[in-house]
Amino acid sequence: MSKKEKQHAFVLYVENEPGVLNRIASLFRRRGYNIESLTVGHTERPGVSRMTILAGISEGAAQRVEANLYKLVHVLSVEDVTFTPTISRSLALLKVEAHDESRHRLMEVVHVFRARVVDLAPQSLIVEITGTENKIQALVDVLRPFGILEMVRTGEVVMSRGVERQANHDSPSTTELPLEAEASASV
Amino acid sequence: MIKTGAEIIWECLQRLGVEYVFGYPGGAILPAYDAMTKYRVHHVLVRHEQGATHMADGYARASGRVGVALATSGPGAANMVTGIATAMMDSSPIVCITGQVGSALIGSDAFQETDITGITLPITKHNYLITRAAEIALSLREAFQIACSGRSGPVLVDITKDAQNGSCEFDWDASEVRVRRPERRSVLDQARVTEALDLINHARRPVILAGHGVILSGAERELLAFAEMTGIPVALTLLGIGAFPAKHRLCLGMMGMHGESWVNEAIQESDLLIALGMRFDDRVTGNLKTYARAAKKIHVEIDAAEINKNVRVDVPLIGDLRDVLQILLPGIERSDCGEWLVRIDASKDKSAVRDIQNLPDDGHLYAAHVIHDLWRETHGDAIVVTDVGQHQMWEAQYYRHDKPRTLITSGGLGTMGFALPAAIGAKFARSDAEVWVVAGDGGFQMTMAELATIVQEKLEIKIAIINNGYLGMVRQWQEFFYEGRYSSTPLLSPDFVKLANAFGIPAFAVNAREQVIPALRAARQQAGPALINFQVEQEDSVFPMVPAGADLHKMIRRPTPLVERVSDV
Repeated sequence: MSKKEKQHAFVLYVENEPGVLNRIASLFRRRGYNIESLTVGHTERPGVSRMTILAGISEGAAQRVEANLYKLVHVLSVEDVTFTPTISRSLALLKVEAHDESRHRLMEVVHVFRARVVDLAPQSLIVEITGTENKIQALVDVLRPFGILEMVRTGEVVMSRGVERQANHDSPSTTELPLEAEASASV
Repeated sequence: MIKTGAEIIWECLQRLGVEYVFGYPGGAILPAYDAMTKYRVHHVLVRHEQGATHMADGYARASGRVGVALATSGPGAANMVTGIATAMMDSSPIVCITGQVGSALIGSDAFQETDITGITLPITKHNYLITRAAEIALSLREAFQIACSGRSGPVLVDITKDAQNGSCEFDWDASEVRVRRPERRSVLDQARVTEALDLINHARRPVILAGHGVILSGAERELLAFAEMTGIPVALTLLGIGAFPAKHRLCLGMMGMHGESWVNEAIQESDLLIALGMRFDDRVTGNLKTYARAAKKIHVEIDAAEINKNVRVDVPLIGDLRDVLQILLPGIERSDCGEWLVRIDASKDKSAVRDIQNLPDDGHLYAAHVIHDLWRETHGDAIVVTDVGQHQMWEAQYYRHDKPRTLITSGGLGTMGFALPAAIGAKFARSDAEVWVVAGDGGFQMTMAELATIVQEKLEIKIAIINNGYLGMVRQWQEFFYEGRYSSTPLLSPDFVKLANAFGIPAFAVNAREQVIPALRAARQQAGPALINFQVEQEDSVFPMVPAGADLHKMIRRPTPLVERVSDV
């Protein structure tokens, strides 16, 4: 990302029809913007999927992306939630080397991060963690010395706080409530 | 009642008011062609599917209605791509219907299978792959609605052979287009309107930039009222030509790369640009860093994605241009531009003396003379359909259009080969109008097979080939920017007179200025089509010219006299 670029988060409701993902991805590709993360899944409404797309782009480009996305017939709504108070989460599974001598220390780390061990094998274990990208990255950094054999991350899902949707571009939010203790890299 | 998918296609087209379909049959679209004979829609057999799309496009631009093209799967559909991209760039409402292999064969690389919805995804407003007869009616109705709503453009409907052969209950009323989502209403809050009016009422050197959107929105009358009430001069984009009468005292002419010097200078010196239905294309702005630096910008545009794309604007007004102008008109509190027009007129005089029309006849035939005489002979009333290149720019400079939809040209994509087929579409849309093709020797050869379509359909279309033996615009760039290395631009052409005769079209050859008017008159007297081959000066160039990416006011000016190029750079 260059100086003018910033990670923008778009939340889209789309009709769940063949090729919709292709149309949306193609729009980013055609205008020369790189998608950092894209998640999609069903919603509370049948036939409607919800996407969270993260892209590192300038403010002007973000406005045009939003306008261009809205031109796609299958897109029901699109909102740039970059400057609205949101909760964002992603999930990661990490397969880590675990021998008798390292397993105990690993479990401690997992505990501190409020992660979970979901598979235990003689030579390895799988850790599941949910949280912000920062928190997950912190865990990854701590686990790396143990030997990460495999990792999968879902990409971020984002939801606005409260009932009313806000789009106040003047007040960037930094006030995420500490709903759970956020572990940091210094742990 | 129960109908086959093929019948439903024509039922829908007929009910949607389609009179003409431009197409070419083939295996995967055979059921539709078989059913066609039972319906009133007139099918025009083209010679190449690209021609079908340009015809639909020309029809749409001349009439303001949706043009329809039809083709088979595979190569038929693939041949449409250039025409679809052309329509997309110029916001022309067309619907392309293509046959597709049977749904069971999709993905199997079957004979004449191609993923046309995948291919056309970025060059259509929307497209459909229809695999069941029951989906056809709704999709076609939606396609027409999408093509002409908001910022208009092309839609493709790909229908598998089994969907055409299948049957289902056809109920027109039940296939009403559903509302997917609320339309985004123009966000025209009063504060923005007030802000715009304040700028409009107080600017000292304002210029209106009128584009294709004026014509697409049908806002010509509102533009005229706006200009006359405010006294603000109007500059036109290439596709905006006709949106404001060329003969009007406030009409400056075309802006941009080959715009007249006074137009570009006025834009650069202005303190307010009122952009109406135009998108600040690079051919219009030149170097963005130095573009109209002192000017505030108001941008009235139906497509929110165009706002701040190329030029940062101060007041965006998103909405249909006609609606927005109607909202602005009652708030206007000025009636003239005082010294500003006098100042523009003064710079006009200086440039106008260099005009080629004022040069004595030196025995050479220049394209500008041809276009000028064509304008005079047709009293400026013809629909002129141009190809792409030097002749296109000369047409824009020397044919003075007073009415909308009388210049039809490929602006955004710059598609050579556009003119001849687009003129066929235009003639179907406006059978009462005199239709002229103005094409270069290069572009004409790209789609000249459609001469046969003209003859088969007995169309009275007149054709002027501006023949300079070069791919002229590329040659001009090679002369200016590549030290005159004419790489692959000299062009051998057939004898166009004999060629036309082979199609049964009367034709004339002209190579001197005094022959121009007699040839134009002879061609116009023909009851059917006619062609004139104008053998013009080989190495003539279009002036003025703003080199690509240069500052808009730094134009290469017309030479005075022709032997010496005067550059203001």
